[in-house]
Amino acid sequence: MKLLLPQPQEAYGPYKQALIALGKANPKVVVLGADLGVSTEIDGFKAEFPDRFFNVGAAEQNEIGIAAGLAFEGDIPFVHSFGVFLTRRAYEQVCVQVAMHRANVKLVGVIPGLTSRLGPTHQAIDDLALMRTLPSMTVIDPADATEITQLVPAIAEYDGPVYVRMMRREVPVLFDPQAYKFEIGKAVQLAGGKDVLLVTTGMMLSNTLKAAKALEDQGIRASVLHSPTVKPLDSQAILDLAATCKAVVTVENHLTAGGLGSAVAELLGDQLPLPLKRVGVADTFAAPGSPEYLFERYGLDATSIVNAAVASKMVR
Amino acid sequence: MLSNKERKFLEDTARRLRERIVEVTYSCGGTHIGGAMSQHELLIALYYKYLNIDPTNPRWPNRDRFVLSKGHGGVGHAVILADKGFFDTALLDDFNKTGSPFGMHLDWQTVPGVDVSTGSLGHGLPLALGMALGGRQQGLDYHVYCVMSDGELQEGSIWEAAMAASQFKATNLTAFVDRNKFSLDGPTESIMALEPLDKKFEAFGWRVLSIDGHDFDQICEAIETAQAEKEKPVIIIADTIKGKGIDFMENQAAWHYAGVDAAMRDKALESIRKMK
Repeated sequence: MKLLLPQPQEAYGPYKQALIALGKANPKVVVLGADLGVSTEIDGFKAEFPDRFFNVGAAEQNEIGIAAGLAFEGDIPFVHSFGVFLTRRAYEQVCVQVAMHRANVKLVGVIPGLTSRLGPTHQAIDDLALMRTLPSMTVIDPADATEITQLVPAIAEYDGPVYVRMMRREVPVLFDPQAYKFEIGKAVQLAGGKDVLLVTTGMMLSNTLKAAKALEDQGIRASVLHSPTVKPLDSQAILDLAATCKAVVTVENHLTAGGLGSAVAELLGDQLPLPLKRVGVADTFAAPGSPEYLFERYGLDATSIVNAAVASKMVR
Repeated sequence: MLSNKERKFLEDTARRLRERIVEVTYSCGGTHIGGAMSQHELLIALYYKYLNIDPTNPRWPNRDRFVLSKGHGGVGHAVILADKGFFDTALLDDFNKTGSPFGMHLDWQTVPGVDVSTGSLGHGLPLALGMALGGRQQGLDYHVYCVMSDGELQEGSIWEAAMAASQFKATNLTAFVDRNKFSLDGPTESIMALEPLDKKFEAFGWRVLSIDGHDFDQICEAIETAQAEKEKPVIIIADTIKGKGIDFMENQAAWHYAGVDAAMRDKALESIRKMK
């Protein structure tokens, strides 16, 4: 009998090759997986560097422990699973063994937010919040293939714990690889309108740019700031740009609680109170479904961003 | 087999540092004294006969690693580290007091000689396994020793690491169970039974050695057997007595964490001095 396997879409995104390239450049890099080799795009590294690869099976707590132990001895472990399992499942291990020891461990959680088709157990809608509240943890949510390719060597170079929300398979190219330079902790300005500031992270950059265009058609001029590093936040860039606008909207593929929206709210509340709207998943677990359906249903589409921007200007 | 001189040295050292644990417990108001007493001979044998370490260079890359997975035994560990010369013994007078380098669970950042911070149970074995694999990765031939409590074997993460250690043939890792048969609430077997513990670890692919955890001849023989084993990771299940050496504390769950007043301190010291 022949099995009806899913049609091979683009099997790999940019991460697979970026990791192999890093392995070649830096012999200290070791890779850990938890029985999700192809799914986390680490099978290429395994084939290339079998002696620097550990499959720990479906055991994420132990995966973190081994990674921290390896890091204590000078290796640079890249640890993989779905984002939900690295963060929810092994949270105390990440806190005590990685964050508390400032262990040089790189956590790579694939399938951000509502892009998983596997239902709420697999939708990482709270990972930014969980990781952001850990002292010493750096949190990165890239928007495109260029950022992914550039951030992999950048986080290996940085000495300390990092969590990355990794997109896989078909990943758009938004930034010109020749012109763009990813830097940990640096936000990127993409538009400079004076009516409203849209601060976004991760894959929401695409919809945010669409929303900015739609707003322009309505006569509302938006600034757009893409903040791939959620922690440490590029506070200065946000404050400088917010000071030129009348209101701020945050946009993320995540709960409105705890992630980018909360980080920006904390910053503005402390230093520059302005009307603020947060676009993201409200206080709920989401249904299973296609990303397109879920983005519309839970208010992450461009229309929702436009509506939030219009509403934000009314607050005052 | 230990020479008489070696055995006497280990026993004298154990007795002397047991007394120190009692003094620290008296001065700081309370410690996890019951488990510090049960693990004591295991740590003494490791630190005074086997661990390849340099107190003047605590982070020497070739050193043997020691992970006290039962982090609450920190008072016993601290007393030994001070005696070995990792830091000034007088610092122990402020153990667990505000401003001292010591919390009840030792921190690798503030206490020289501590390889990893522990305190939350079930973390030590995965970490020790990672450190063992790291040694292999770096081509260093150090050995990693990990001492666990029996109560913490109720944590699932221990068994994840137990599976992985045999899968990865981590023979440069030796684990111990301080099998004093009590956790905080009472006897392990009535709370969440662990037996048959030896068969469980055997089924997970370990070589299991069961010994009297207060008998230096048996401890040393087991450690040397573990060092020579090249096929499987070794676990030494050490049958111990919670509160060992202090007659009024022995086998009492209530002495998991407690303080002593001056009269109890004197009684405890008297009891320890009567040990062989």
